[in-house]
Amino acid sequence: MAEEKVIKPGPAGYIPKPAAFLGVDTPPPGKALLYGEVVDEETAMREAAKAMLTRRNPTIFPGPLVLWGYNTSAIEKAKAVLELAMEIPNCRIIPMPDYRPKYPKINPEAEINPNHPNLTILHNRIEACIFVGVHCHYANLSLRMIRAGTNCFTIALCAEMGHEDAMVSLRDVHADDIRRFRDVVVEMRKELGIEWEPKLPPENPSLPKEEWTNLSALDFGEYAYLLLPRKGEVVEESE
Amino acid sequence: MVEQKVVDPDYLILEAPRERKFITGSQAFAEAIKRANVDIAIAYPITPQSETMHLVGDLWAQGYVKDYYRAEEEYGAMSAIAGAVRGGARAFSATSGPGLLRGLEAIVSWPGHRIPAVLGVMTRVVNAPLSIQPDNVEIAYLLHSGLIVLHAENQQDVFDFTLAGFPISEKVDVYLPVVVATEGFFVTHAKGYVELPPEDMKLPPRDPYKAPVPPTDCEIPPARIQRDAPVQKSNFMSYLIHAVWQQEVWSANERARKWIKHYLGGLVEVVNPKAEVFIVASGCAAAQGREAQRYAEMEGLNVGLVKVKSIRPFPAQELREILKDAKAIIVPEHNIVGWLCKEVKAVIPNGERVVEGPRVYGGMTLPVELIMDEIYRVLGIKKEKKTLV
Repeated sequence: MAEEKVIKPGPAGYIPKPAAFLGVDTPPPGKALLYGEVVDEETAMREAAKAMLTRRNPTIFPGPLVLWGYNTSAIEKAKAVLELAMEIPNCRIIPMPDYRPKYPKINPEAEINPNHPNLTILHNRIEACIFVGVHCHYANLSLRMIRAGTNCFTIALCAEMGHEDAMVSLRDVHADDIRRFRDVVVEMRKELGIEWEPKLPPENPSLPKEEWTNLSALDFGEYAYLLLPRKGEVVEESE
Repeated sequence: MVEQKVVDPDYLILEAPRERKFITGSQAFAEAIKRANVDIAIAYPITPQSETMHLVGDLWAQGYVKDYYRAEEEYGAMSAIAGAVRGGARAFSATSGPGLLRGLEAIVSWPGHRIPAVLGVMTRVVNAPLSIQPDNVEIAYLLHSGLIVLHAENQQDVFDFTLAGFPISEKVDVYLPVVVATEGFFVTHAKGYVELPPEDMKLPPRDPYKAPVPPTDCEIPPARIQRDAPVQKSNFMSYLIHAVWQQEVWSANERARKWIKHYLGGLVEVVNPKAEVFIVASGCAAAQGREAQRYAEMEGLNVGLVKVKSIRPFPAQELREILKDAKAIIVPEHNIVGWLCKEVKAVIPNGERVVEGPRVYGGMTLPVELIMDEIYRVLGIKKEKKTLV
């Protein structure tokens, strides 16, 4: 018997089936997914905006494709994400800077990690979030774990083909599309009668003040040996 | 070497004019690689396998393939494929039988590490006593690892599946290895007609940044042999990450359906969809099934054929729909375990309709008459047996 193809906030259980197993497919170009169904982008954006404006502790999780200035479009996208964050009341930004497992644990107020994203969601009581700039594989892992164990409403702003396990998934999202979503947020905020003066989210608590003047090779920890010549070693040429 | 221009994959695979050639299955593999803009071919090409990787070596010598690495054995070959692909290269290899099983530990790790590559498998039996004859039991070993497994009926399929394998494999929502399996000898060593697009066209180069995972820096140490993953470090991690990772591999396998439909016209091919009795077959058995269906039609029997092109993802929904009114379903196979029969039975209601066979193995050919015998039996037609001396 066919199972219900509705992708809604969890907790969905111990190990819920992924949406793709339930028959949810990524949206075709120009369309979006809302609760597992293909809809117009506008409809999906409005529902996503409503979630970010009405649910507790809305948070944006930017990934490496936004956080690292790979190219001009990544930098532009990062600016657009900040513009979006400014328009969402009390929005926070918690980055997913990379995908490495971190030991012994992450600081859930400063970071989200794809190996246990639910820790960050639960610690901060996040009930609505946006994934943007996260590589699709890791976004999918995170979205599934969040749906399994939390009641968070997940929104994926994907630069590629979208994500079945998010409650709202937009595809081919670049800086202009993020700004279009920002405008929908502003419009929805007015409709809901929410007063808000745009401002940047608070600084990430884990970020130390950047100080590069006293940088030593030893600051690179286990990689220091790559920078320091071994005793007696003379490097005559390199590629 | 012919000067080649890059064209859109849809044009090269679906629209470009084609010219008919009479070539072996191994040559069909090589013709696909010639047009696939492959960065590196890696193999341990022993004899007897097929001449596929030797022909691909010739392509390297001519300049169609940018690099060729002859590994020390299959485990090394398949591990090297993983490294090359993680570093951003488009890679191809081919193997068969015992070589496939020797490389299997590396091969089944490819999907989890999101390695888009194409692997030719010329089936050659793996059981002892060792045989070098066609028997596709080794496909059974590939079905539970997340690989996309296509099964080619003939030389044309070999060409089409291999060329389409690269764009399917490299789609961001798929990003899994594609296996193109076909029967050794019957297809690899025999000639058949193949419609080929012009050889002065090739696929666009692989873009490693269009990916669901970051490409790995293979030049700056410390060299990483795996993705940053909990794979080696699970004592610190929630088991759920392993679970959702496996789910992601199989979700990607599901997403491949639409691309297989796009490039290969569907996961199945159906002949006579209103039939009373169906032959469901893949690979060379589909060729024999096709003949049996033709014989049956000539005799006025209402028999159809379902050729299963894609074993993974498996066309469960298609088979349920096509076979819903079938009185009997005959599944001829080139192996003793009947892996396709088990797959078919698992996805349709009233499994007692499935005839388990005929099966041949150990290198035997599959006479059409064996399939006809089953058709007569399920239709209650008595035929006089002739004894040949």
